[in-house]
Amino acid sequence: MASEFLRVDNLTKSFGTNTVVKGVSFAFEKGEFISLLGPSGCGKTTILRMIAGFENPTSGSITVDGNDITHLKPNQRQLGMVFQAYALFPNLNVGDNIGFGLKIAGMPTEERRARVADMLKLIGLPGFEKRYPYEMSGGQQQRVALARAIAPRPRMLLLDEPLSALDAKIRVSLREEIRAIQLDLGITTVFVTHDQEEALSISDRIVVMNAGNIEQLGAPHEIYNKPATRFVATFVGQLNTIEAVVSDVAAKKVTIDGQTVSLHTLPDNAKAGAGISLTLRPEVLTVGARADNDISLTGTISDVTFLGSVIRLRVALGTNIVSLDTFNDQRTAPPVRGEPVTISLASKDLLVLAA
Amino acid sequence: MSATNLSVASPPSRRRLSFEWLGVTPFIIFAVMFLILPTLYLVGAAFVGRDGQFTFENIAGLFTDQIIAAYWISIRISGASAIIGALVGLAVALAIIRGRLPAGLRSAVMTFSGVASNFAGVPLAFAFISTLGRLGLVTIILKTVFDIDLYKAGFNLLSFWGLTLTYLYFQIPLMILIIAPAIDGLKKEWSEAASTLGATPWQFWRYIGLPILWPSFLGTLSLLFANAFGAIATAYALTGSSLNIVPILLYAQIRGDALQNPGLGAALALGMILITAVANIIYLVISARAERWMK
Amino acid sequence: MKGNRFWAWLVFGIGAAYFLVPLIATFEFSLRMRRGYYSFDSYASVFSDPRFQATFGYSVVIGILAIIVGILVVVPAVYFVRLRMPWLRPFVEFLTLMPLIIPAIILVYGYIRLYNSSSIIPFTGSALGTDILLTCAYVTLALPYMYRAVDTGMRTIDVQTLTEAAQIAGAKTPQIIGRIILPNILVAVLSGAFLTFAIVIGEFTIASLLNRPAFGPYLQNIGANRAYEPAALAIISFIITWGAMGMINVLGRFAPRTSARTD
Repeated sequence: MASEFLRVDNLTKSFGTNTVVKGVSFAFEKGEFISLLGPSGCGKTTILRMIAGFENPTSGSITVDGNDITHLKPNQRQLGMVFQAYALFPNLNVGDNIGFGLKIAGMPTEERRARVADMLKLIGLPGFEKRYPYEMSGGQQQRVALARAIAPRPRMLLLDEPLSALDAKIRVSLREEIRAIQLDLGITTVFVTHDQEEALSISDRIVVMNAGNIEQLGAPHEIYNKPATRFVATFVGQLNTIEAVVSDVAAKKVTIDGQTVSLHTLPDNAKAGAGISLTLRPEVLTVGARADNDISLTGTISDVTFLGSVIRLRVALGTNIVSLDTFNDQRTAPPVRGEPVTISLASKDLLVLAA
Repeated sequence: MSATNLSVASPPSRRRLSFEWLGVTPFIIFAVMFLILPTLYLVGAAFVGRDGQFTFENIAGLFTDQIIAAYWISIRISGASAIIGALVGLAVALAIIRGRLPAGLRSAVMTFSGVASNFAGVPLAFAFISTLGRLGLVTIILKTVFDIDLYKAGFNLLSFWGLTLTYLYFQIPLMILIIAPAIDGLKKEWSEAASTLGATPWQFWRYIGLPILWPSFLGTLSLLFANAFGAIATAYALTGSSLNIVPILLYAQIRGDALQNPGLGAALALGMILITAVANIIYLVISARAERWMK
Repeated sequence: MKGNRFWAWLVFGIGAAYFLVPLIATFEFSLRMRRGYYSFDSYASVFSDPRFQATFGYSVVIGILAIIVGILVVVPAVYFVRLRMPWLRPFVEFLTLMPLIIPAIILVYGYIRLYNSSSIIPFTGSALGTDILLTCAYVTLALPYMYRAVDTGMRTIDVQTLTEAAQIAGAKTPQIIGRIILPNILVAVLSGAFLTFAIVIGEFTIASLLNRPAFGPYLQNIGANRAYEPAALAIISFIITWGAMGMINVLGRFAPRTSARTD
């Protein structure tokens, strides 16, 4: 372990005057599951396509297992790739799809057949050799695409939004399956997604990208709990923003819609009377008081959304509206719109930003 | 919706049902009068003698040296112009769609193809006479500048190769127009997937691209064959009735109906129908096998 | 990847040469009428020929009639087959493909034998009857193109939903076709119309065998008897065809786009 496997150095890509990847660098170890997360147009797909060899970097380099692959053709890189729209070859049956890379590599027919059967077992579709792609569901096709990508035992697996075209339920089950197979094979994997929940649930480490730059690189819990930038904080997970006014710099007191509370910290340049923004995750808010919560606020319930196991409330504190989740308790009636409510939080969970 | 259709008993549905037939009936009558009946009539007439009795004489009459030669040269010209037209059309379509040429080129070629595929008939003959006829521009330039005398070298516009070369002017564009949507249907991801699996571009076309295009290619090929096989205006304007191809033979037969044998004319027509039908059946059989992977 | 582009240019270049050289040669030839220097004499000669005007006018009229009859025959059929009688679809599609497979010369031969002056429907018995037959023959020739154009147009606008929406609003079938469907597929219908025009305007075989004074037989006649005028006529025909196709292209920009467009 601990040896560097995939290294991207100062990678830049411009299309004409439009620079979509701006000097990105990162390095990962063998066997890691890495997600490139960001909104569309952030450059994540372009990075993946440069690793795959479909795009030539404007500058920078890509190294896999100590070999510089920056200028190799895609068919010389020995990488496996899964596409958003499956991209199975429609004229080949499942067996020939999975065996395609093996056939190109010149593997004898018998050995190939055995490897294809193994792969089908691995993805839970044994005996599907003779089916054609059009005879299968999206989820099945995507599993075949995964098997096709890993059948030639590539050095690395590239996944380009492989779950986006699938139904919500299959998306979750297939994502767990992909992770299980990845751990089983120990194959280094780069996964591109715009879905933060997917990235958080499946990855060893996440690269959050925006406008061609890396915003933050870290383990899922670091990204979520300690967002390095405002972009990461808003893009990953739900976030409430509360506008407040500093009332006493020394005592770290601020006023939120007429209610004065003490904070853990204030920005260095805070002045009395200046506005500041406080951000917090919905789950740090509690309805009612709690032992370790040192801030209490009162407001009115402005909206109730029933989500099954969870009830999402929106609470108007005045001009500020925050949302918070409470568990659905079958023995008590759900909150009602218009009811007054007290919510509490711990001041150390607040992220304080100058307005 | 289907429920109202099923309850034929209720008056409003019945009225709607009759509306439907009212809409389709003109089309059906039209097709029967101007497509089916004339064709069937000729097929029947091929087996009727001068005396009005059933006979195989007309069919037997086809087996003269002149008529067999006419069929043979027609098949060769249609086959050659269809195959060359299909291959060249495919190459051009691949070049403009997949060859990373400037984007504007594609729409220019498609528009031009629309024009050229309809620029058949008499004017096309004029154009090739002006180009490769004895006084045509290319003939003269080759003779004066490069000292190559096409006609002394055995070329003749009124020959197999001359006519094939002329037919290509509408065959190639027709192929481009029909095959382009099929090439557009080739997803970029397929070639990318193939390349990550180690395939060279040639291997991609060998195992994936061309097999996927194959049914469309064959379908267009049989269409091009029928297109050339029935074409008469270009050949007639080029050669008068001097070139012995089947449509021109039939044309002469129709014009001289009074003097000649109407049964033989019908037999000639039947032969043409059979040959284009065979071309299409070959296509249907092969494409049914090639398309087993499609819905 | 770079070799790829080289081959593409090469193929394109050869193709372009094959298609442009005859046009250039024909144009050059058409200017050669006066000895020694280029002139537009051949064009002047063509345009001043009263037979040119008469036959061209005749073909335009027949072409427009064919377009009208074609629309009347095809649009309701496509609409009802799409909407109510999908089981009829393979049959209708086969019929519309027949004119591509059965040569025009065979069809016209059948017409001549079937509808002669002593038959029940003696189309060829009078000049007017023959004009009607010629019009119908041209509708048949253009059937594959008209059908495809209209069918594509209807697929794009989703007739099913439009019809149901109109029915809920209380419209009757003729109103639906006339007021809702037709305006929405106008571009498709016009494309079919221009295509019909391009096919019909210089058609030779049928017009010649039916002995009608159309543009196609006139072209052939000039070709057999003159030297430079045919080249001029070829250029004129090419421009007419280009005009018809150009109209289709221009119209295409106004066509409604399908919402369910998959790339």
